Amino acid sequence: MIKIDVDMNKCQHYGQCVFEAPEVFQLNADDKLEYQAEAPDEMLGDLEAAADVCPMQAITLMRE
Amino acid sequence: MTDPMTDADDRPVLIVGASMAGLRTAENLRRAGYAGPITFLGAEPHAPYNRPPLSKELLQTEGQGHEDVAFPIRSALEENVEWVLGRAAASLDTERQVVVDETGAEHPYRALVIATGLRPKPLPIDDHGLTGIHVLRTLDDAVALRQALRPGANVVILGSGFIGCEIAATAAKAGAATVSVVSQSRIPLERAIGPQLGAEVRRRHEAHGVRFFCENGLFGLVGDPSVERVILTSGVMLECDVLVVAIGSDANTEWLEGSGLDASDGVLVNGGLQAVRADGTVLENVYAVGDVARYPNPLFDEVARRVEHWNLPTETGKRAGQVLAAHLRGDDCAPIIEAPFAPLPSFWSDQYDMHLLAFGMTYLADRSEVVAGTLEDECVVEFFRGDELVGVCGIGMRGAVQGYRSRFTPPVAAR
Ligand SMILES: Cc1cc2nc3c(=O)[nH]c(=O)nc-3n(C[C@H](O)[C@H](O)[C@H](O)COP(=O)(O)OP(=O)(O)OC[C@H]3O[C@@H](n4cnc5c(N)ncnc54)[C@H](O)[C@@H]3O)c2cc1C
Ligand code: SF4
Repeated sequence: MIKIDVDMNKCQHYGQCVFEAPEVFQLNADDKLEYQAEAPDEMLGDLEAAADVCPMQAITLMRE
Repeated sequence: MTDPMTDADDRPVLIVGASMAGLRTAENLRRAGYAGPITFLGAEPHAPYNRPPLSKELLQTEGQGHEDVAFPIRSALEENVEWVLGRAAASLDTERQVVVDETGAEHPYRALVIATGLRPKPLPIDDHGLTGIHVLRTLDDAVALRQALRPGANVVILGSGFIGCEIAATAAKAGAATVSVVSQSRIPLERAIGPQLGAEVRRRHEAHGVRFFCENGLFGLVGDPSVERVILTSGVMLECDVLVVAIGSDANTEWLEGSGLDASDGVLVNGGLQAVRADGTVLENVYAVGDVARYPNPLFDEVARRVEHWNLPTETGKRAGQVLAAHLRGDDCAPIIEAPFAPLPSFWSDQYDMHLLAFGMTYLADRSEVVAGTLEDECVVEFFRGDELVGVCGIGMRGAVQGYRSRFTPPVAAR
């Protein structure tokens, strides 16, 4: 499994991550980020892409 | 060196410029299957780090340093990668496939990635050797400027682009006695996001006490040994302990002089990010990525441009990594290159509690229109060149702005 952590002090809810890994990241009706804290290993590529495009570099990934 | 018997080439992929675009290219080379050696040659002493915080959080947060902005190094780059940092490339010989660094050491390469980015344009007038004059591009620049932005300082910023405006906001928040922005332009940020949003940005800055001296320039400096006052071309004299020069950037291409590449304003590349020589021929083992690359974007037109937005080091790195990996495998790169390279430029800017987010090339527009919300609060502004939508920019309203991404599509590739 991959653990996903978004530093909500940094996140500005730009939603760039949503386009790379929509299964994990979504903007809710108030334009605020919601995300799942875990994802299967096969998603590593998409999750790294999401972490890469985050303007605030708020996304940390950890492999378990 | 190349061994004709096995055709093995143990020379590395050499990436000059150890920053975001170089890093992204290396990651994508690995993703595309290249496991061979990679060498980074970087002028700065630091491993790759993220620049946007340099004019924002890091500039106002005492104690922040490299660890707060460093990019994570993915496991794929833990092996077979050499980092030569604190050393600048001085020249390139594409025949011998060698880069010579400033110490005279030679770095042979199998393929070369040019990722040397930009540097700020210098003060346009004589500085008379005065101290207290700053630019902002690197971490070291940011730390020096942070130390200078003491509460009570008189800060003058030359230039009203994004970096100038962000520094003004940070200086105002840091408790500067005065913050003055001096600019050639009629309206701050006008070229980037048009007169309506530019005027609104100015209004918000003025509400925080920032003063604007537009259609103006620097005439002279007074002080010894540090700057104390600046004289504007309009004749106005301003108290000044800290002068920040933020009037745009030049590409770091001096080291490419005499290499035969077209590096007249950034390095000209084709749709595969492969370098184009001044005679029009393409070098299949030389690539340019990030801010230093100049290329056309078929989303808009056929004009090759340098584009200085944060998402493009990633986009160019992805594409260059794929093409270069195919080239190193000996595959035909043409099918990848023929697919249009049409990354949607995206940028943002944070000033006070105002969050700007834009997609497209707003600066190509001849007209802009507020289509939702109000400028004074939150809004969405569309940008047109003739009838064509070329960009969108919002204050807040991120969901609505994000919704425009699908509106920019490349023309069907010519057959
Ligand atoms: C202060 C600041 C704030 C920004 N804020 C935003 C923002 O809010 N939103 C946004 O969209 N974009 C922003 N940007 C733009 C964004 O950061 C850049 O587009 C991005 O950093 C470009 O990455 P790059 O790797 O192409 O170039 P760079 O990051 O400039 O990297 C080039 C590297 O090459 C090195 N180098 C240069 N010459 C040589 C040589 N001869 N030999 C070896 N190495 C060399 C340099 O030292 C540098 O480390 C900002 C930029 C700055 C400076
Ligand atoms: S890209 Fe980053 S800043 Fe934007 S919503 Fe995702 S985590 Fe937050």
